[in-house]
Amino acid sequence: MARPMSAVDAAGLGRGRAVGFVLPALVLIGVFLVFPALWTIYLGLTDYRLTGLAAANPQVVGLDNYTDALRDPRFLGSLWLTVGYVGGSAVLGQAVLGFALAWVLRTRTGRLRRLVEGVVLLSWILPSTVVGFLWFALLDRDDGTLNALLNTPGFAWLLDHPLLSIIVFNVWRGTAFSMMLYSAALENVPPSHLETARLAGASVFQQLRDVVLPLIRRHVLTNLLLISLWTFNDFTPFVLTGGGPEGRSEILPIYVYNVALRGGELGAGAAVSFLILLINLAFALVYLRLLRDRRRREAALTGGPPA
Amino acid sequence: MRLPSRPAVIAALTILALSSCGTGTPSGGESVTLTIAANSISGGKNSDSADWIKQWVIPEFEKTHPGVKVLFQPSGVDDEQYKTKIALDLKSRTGADVIDVDGIWVGEFAQAGYIKPLAEVGGAAVDTWEGWSQIPQAVQGLGIFDGKKYGLPQGTDGRVLFYNRTLFKKAGLPDPWRPASWQEIIDAGTRLKAAGVPTPIQINAGTAMGEATTMQGVLPLLAGAGAEIYSDGRWTGASQAMKDVLGFYRQIYGGSGLGDPRLQQEAKGRDKSFAQFAAGRIAILAESDYFWRSVVEPEAGVAAMKDRDTAVGYAKIPAIRPGAGIRGQDHVSMSGGAVRVLNPFSKNPKAAWELLAFIHGAAATKAQLAGQARISSRGDVNDEVLTGDPMLKFVADEVLPVTAYRPGVAVYPQVSVILQEATADVISGKSAEEAAAAYRTKLEGLVGGAANVSG
Repeated sequence: MARPMSAVDAAGLGRGRAVGFVLPALVLIGVFLVFPALWTIYLGLTDYRLTGLAAANPQVVGLDNYTDALRDPRFLGSLWLTVGYVGGSAVLGQAVLGFALAWVLRTRTGRLRRLVEGVVLLSWILPSTVVGFLWFALLDRDDGTLNALLNTPGFAWLLDHPLLSIIVFNVWRGTAFSMMLYSAALENVPPSHLETARLAGASVFQQLRDVVLPLIRRHVLTNLLLISLWTFNDFTPFVLTGGGPEGRSEILPIYVYNVALRGGELGAGAAVSFLILLINLAFALVYLRLLRDRRRREAALTGGPPA
Repeated sequence: MRLPSRPAVIAALTILALSSCGTGTPSGGESVTLTIAANSISGGKNSDSADWIKQWVIPEFEKTHPGVKVLFQPSGVDDEQYKTKIALDLKSRTGADVIDVDGIWVGEFAQAGYIKPLAEVGGAAVDTWEGWSQIPQAVQGLGIFDGKKYGLPQGTDGRVLFYNRTLFKKAGLPDPWRPASWQEIIDAGTRLKAAGVPTPIQINAGTAMGEATTMQGVLPLLAGAGAEIYSDGRWTGASQAMKDVLGFYRQIYGGSGLGDPRLQQEAKGRDKSFAQFAAGRIAILAESDYFWRSVVEPEAGVAAMKDRDTAVGYAKIPAIRPGAGIRGQDHVSMSGGAVRVLNPFSKNPKAAWELLAFIHGAAATKAQLAGQARISSRGDVNDEVLTGDPMLKFVADEVLPVTAYRPGVAVYPQVSVILQEATADVISGKSAEEAAAAYRTKLEGLVGGAANVSG
């Protein structure tokens, strides 16, 4: 009964059985991923609402939702806020701070390292809403802990610096992931390389630039891809500011919530969701491209098979 | 997107299989479960209402209806969030059997098919209910849309200006205070500011306060400027009355120090305004009688004031000038009220109606009023209990005769949002003219063109 094995059928299943194995997964992806995505595109073309006549009888309005969104200063403002939020908290904040922590801690052992790791990890594993309310209590204008510590009663952090507040919040919250990923990556840097560099008189900056970074570049790109996508779709700042005041911290996920659920405009919300999906795809493509280029170049250097 | 767990799928299949066997399970009587949903929760929002449902309604109803189990599904969140939750429940054809909603949501919920007229859900028993004759027409109107009764009103309310009598005494202001024009409110605020009160006046504004901005701020002021938001099929646009209202906001929040613009922008600003009034930091606050009976209520209020009866005064909201209000009135107010509706997707609609009628019966209404007074929907009960509370009697006798109601039109909640945005514009520094013009543009988009807008 043994089937002849071929290069394309390593498991020897045959086409029929292979399809049988893959089919359940494909069905699940179809039902829970592809269908909702297509449904979102369809909803985005209608004036569907949460309540009222348009909830019972939605009409197709074509691309109106998209053109309205792209002309809406609130959407464009929200987009820029999101770019600032991702850039500030994920790319600059989490990635840089995470790397710094990993670099400083890489040679340390014992209690200090465990303590720092424990504290950083704690902020990562606590449920978002709990963390959100803790930070609300910290930054509150009237009874906030921070105002008590700094002796600045009545300073409205969340009203005067809403974007900065949620950026600092998200850096605090998400640094653990970058730290762990970079810690693992730094273990792959052979100590002998660093020692050689040091003997040759390289400064710390030169070591990082010429020895460490080339070796962990793929980790850096993967990390940036993951954290910027997560941050782009992060809803937790809602607990701190609700998108306010006057929309000055209304990043895109909160904008969608306010439009679709609070305002009841499900059609417009779906259109904006689809735009967010496109932006996410663009992000991912750029990163994947960078990764692939890197791999090609490495392959060309070592002369191995193309990846 | 979440997959249903396998046990749940198996259970569902088993139930399907069993029910199709047709074993003839006893219908009705045996183990019916009904659920009541309300935006109230013990120890939090509308705490006394939650306690009344759990400690009086449910045991008493279960006593007279053996085999019926009643559950309470509490919430304690902003009205807008509660509305979203209820709309999503009904949209997916689930949710509680008896649901508390704001009277103003009835239109849009009915249009969406989320709720149906009571008689369609509850059957013939609805029309013969004894309670109808006890509820005044104006109050019944809270649950009526397109001439059909969708909900039973729980009562009504009125907006007044609450003021802190202790602070008024400190500033040398008269008590009782009876302002006759908007200027007198501003004058009192200036005196209070000079006497060291941090925030003399709080008139709700901005989008974070939601409907509270419209109902406690814009609409009573608009009525005082002589206009209704919707009359003769047209919406009030950037009329002189609207500019007067926004101008009044600017007088308070535009750098005079009479009001705290920051409070209007904060995510939990309204709750904070309650706490600050109770702490003597806000002197004048426009609110509904809800504030009296649920917020500063000495025992169970969320910002309880032990000395409420002596420290808190109340005055009717004046028109911009005497005689300049709607219908030529000197004073104005706005009224609304919550209703209870039946879930049209209820598995036991008849039993749900029995429960609803029971909740709105004279005995239950009286039990709810024990310990706190409020203007219930029932005339027979009001006659008995309102004499016990001077504030509520004041609202019933003096405020309700001059009050107005929001239009029962489905687009109203969206108009309400752009009104809130107009006040937010003023708070953040725009002029009344600019804010009114931006409001008018948005209004035309919402209500179908300039033909439906006046002013």
